[in-house]
Amino acid sequence: MTGEARKAPFRPLARFKRIGGARASWSGLAAQAVLLAVLAWLAYEMVANVRANLAAQGIASGFGFLSHSAGFAVSQALIPYEQTDSYLRVFAVGLVNTLVVSAIGIVLATILGFAVGLGRLSPNWLLARLAGGYVELIRNLPLLYQILFWYLAVLGALPGPRQSLSPLPGVFLSNRGIVVPEPVPQASFAIVVAALALGIVVALGLGLYARRALFRHGRVVRVWPYALATVIGLPLAMALLFGPPLTFDVPELRGFNFAGGVRLLPEFAALTIALSTYTAAFIAENVRSGVLAVSRGQWEAGESLGLSRGQLLRLIVVPQALRVTLPPLANQYLNLTKNSSLAVAIGYPDLFSVFAGTALSQTGQAIEIIAITMAVYLAISLVTTTIMNVFNWRVARRGQA
Amino acid sequence: MSAASSGFVRGETAQVRPAPVAVTGAVGWLRTRLFNTPGNILLTFICAALAWLVLEPAVRFLFVDAVWEGRDRGACLADVAGHPVGACWPFVTAKLGQFIYGFYPEAQRWRVNVVFLLGALLLVPLLIPRLPGKALNAALFFAAFPVVAFFLLYGGGLQGFAVSWSASALAALAGSLTEAGQRLGGAGEGGLVVAAAAAALGWLGAAVAWLASPLFWLREVIRQSGEPLWLDIAATAAGVSVVALWLGGLRALAKVLASFAGLALAIVVLGLDRGGLPVVSTREWGGLLVTLVVSVTGIVASMPVGMALALGRRSNIPLIRILSVAFIEFWRGVPLITVLFFATYMLPLFLPGNFTMDGLVRVLVGIALFAGAYNAEVIRGGLQAIPRGQGEAAAALGLSYWTTMRLVVMPQALRHVIPGLVNSFIALFKDTTLVLIVSIFDLLGQLRAAFSDPTWATPTTLFTGFAFTGAIYFVFCFGMSRYSLFVERRLNVHRRR
Repeated sequence: MTGEARKAPFRPLARFKRIGGARASWSGLAAQAVLLAVLAWLAYEMVANVRANLAAQGIASGFGFLSHSAGFAVSQALIPYEQTDSYLRVFAVGLVNTLVVSAIGIVLATILGFAVGLGRLSPNWLLARLAGGYVELIRNLPLLYQILFWYLAVLGALPGPRQSLSPLPGVFLSNRGIVVPEPVPQASFAIVVAALALGIVVALGLGLYARRALFRHGRVVRVWPYALATVIGLPLAMALLFGPPLTFDVPELRGFNFAGGVRLLPEFAALTIALSTYTAAFIAENVRSGVLAVSRGQWEAGESLGLSRGQLLRLIVVPQALRVTLPPLANQYLNLTKNSSLAVAIGYPDLFSVFAGTALSQTGQAIEIIAITMAVYLAISLVTTTIMNVFNWRVARRGQA
Repeated sequence: MSAASSGFVRGETAQVRPAPVAVTGAVGWLRTRLFNTPGNILLTFICAALAWLVLEPAVRFLFVDAVWEGRDRGACLADVAGHPVGACWPFVTAKLGQFIYGFYPEAQRWRVNVVFLLGALLLVPLLIPRLPGKALNAALFFAAFPVVAFFLLYGGGLQGFAVSWSASALAALAGSLTEAGQRLGGAGEGGLVVAAAAAALGWLGAAVAWLASPLFWLREVIRQSGEPLWLDIAATAAGVSVVALWLGGLRALAKVLASFAGLALAIVVLGLDRGGLPVVSTREWGGLLVTLVVSVTGIVASMPVGMALALGRRSNIPLIRILSVAFIEFWRGVPLITVLFFATYMLPLFLPGNFTMDGLVRVLVGIALFAGAYNAEVIRGGLQAIPRGQGEAAAALGLSYWTTMRLVVMPQALRHVIPGLVNSFIALFKDTTLVLIVSIFDLLGQLRAAFSDPTWATPTTLFTGFAFTGAIYFVFCFGMSRYSLFVERRLNVHRRR
């Protein structure tokens, strides 16, 4: 016979303990109480000190300063910005610059990092040594050192605009930065872009068809020539019909500087080069450990199927290695974004440099500005970590099945 | 069916095949590792060209075309030297003092050298696993060396010791409690709860003051005497000895007495009772000295922070766990430079107005907390690797939580994560360069300052300076990473096939 489920005895003290979470003992609850008291006391002391100090310095606290006019120029603004704009606008300009330099750095670092990481595992002895030397050299030098090296020694040593180097026609390297032709969209730009998009969609459809034919019927269908023809041919035909979509505004030397074209600041170039080469060395190590984590049998099975080394890497090894590599890879992307704040050392106007640097020294609102800056980086990093955790959880689950 | 009639069996011996291509020896190695396929041959040539393009100019710049002697920039100009000029080494020679000591007064630089020497003498035996006496060595390096180094580098003497320090701290605590109570009560609003809290604070302050009153009395007695420092040390030694004898027996007593004897010896040698060495303010420190001070302090101070946070994150007391997680994730989520700005511009606002903190110390606090959060995650990895059975066995033996952690779990966990810790120390060492952004002149900061000297302004000065400091950073970081590999291999001996 099954008896009725008995009710838990009513023990209020034990329930209180459970709510407090002290599985261990009453001393745990006591520790929490003491901790709370100490924290409250510290908070009280801090608030009182801040009030007294701010009153002594005559600084009004609060976020009102954000709407005041900043009154300083920013050397690279990708959204419209005037000197009379508010500090909030300065914040936005800096944030955009940080995101831009991080995004470009992430793309470059990923490409370089995968190349170096796979190169380090190459059967070619010389390539493996070169890649190893690159990783060891870059990883063992401080990032700030590398940023200053690129900025002061390499880009600073370039000649002035009048003697600038021109590795490609229309591209000029000088100590004022890198000047490249500026693409100017014409009337037919939208049509050609639409044609390109259509071509890509058609090519993807062809790829899907080929895949289905392979998996359903075991037929190998060669579609890539048609796909390539659509992607290239369609926009080309439109461009011939309606005229070129872009013209280039080629820079010209006028007086002591360049007119026309797009100028990349030397600060931007130095920061991008340093961040992407530095992070690439770490990504290379992550890629290497991921590839080494793929068991030997997978390689041998692929070889016995007669796959070339390229196919082996692309179809078998790298997809499995990615499962190990992705979490640290996301960490490296995060590090790159956080490290972009070193821009302040060379004066690239990123979030930290214009906001916590210039705006802070102008307004003296240390608490508010540093809190906002920290909050932005913290938000970026927490969001990325959360996304990665979810993704990781899904990949891990699929891997087990 | 006989074997001879079967079409599948051959009647005659197969022809002797030529020997396979050699894959051993130098030629075989070349064939398999460099020239096995057309693609690989091409790759080899591209890599060789690349290596030549990088190495040849580097060697030419650093050694062949370098200028080794000279008094000023004149020696490093191409038209004076008569050939294209590479590295300008006289620049490094002239600035060497600045690179190593910063603006530390020349007459006092022996103190820095003594600290470097002491540190090396204590560190090297600590790193060689075969040498005995690790506990004593570690205690000397992590506890005694920082104190001695402080008095050597900074200078100054001691007025009092533990008795007067603890008396002052308790007096400050009591004062703060009483003041908070008065202010809370003085506001006059907020009803019964606030009034009760104010009264409780007042009572607490009074109680602390009353409990500490014997200590205050002792402090006064010591102050009145002719030798306040020595009397204070004697009082402290007596107190600690009694506690040690009570808790740990004769063995502990002997250890305590030996420690105090060492302390007295250090005080006599450094002359701390007579005012000590002349004070060199931290603003005059610089170069490699600051780099090493910041990184060693960061490493030493971040370890206890990291251990405490790692234990806190695994604690089953919710408040402690939540606070630890929040603390760790906060510091790991922000760039170090914001932490340094926080320490430089925000921290002074949080401290009482009459309390000024040295700029270097502020930065050290920030770096220690930042590195502590990273260490905490590394140590947590080690704690998770310890099987549950270890803790349960310790509990079955009747060990308390702290004894279990100290004697059973932590030693095993730390052993597991030495490579990870060394990696985070390398990161910390590299990150010390960031202090130059808050105007503390470490090695990189001194280098940058040296570039602006017109006496040495030549086209190659920049590359020379970067080559020299880069070599220093590389030697330190590469050395640490090799050491970490060495320890890792040693720890994994049993796993090797």
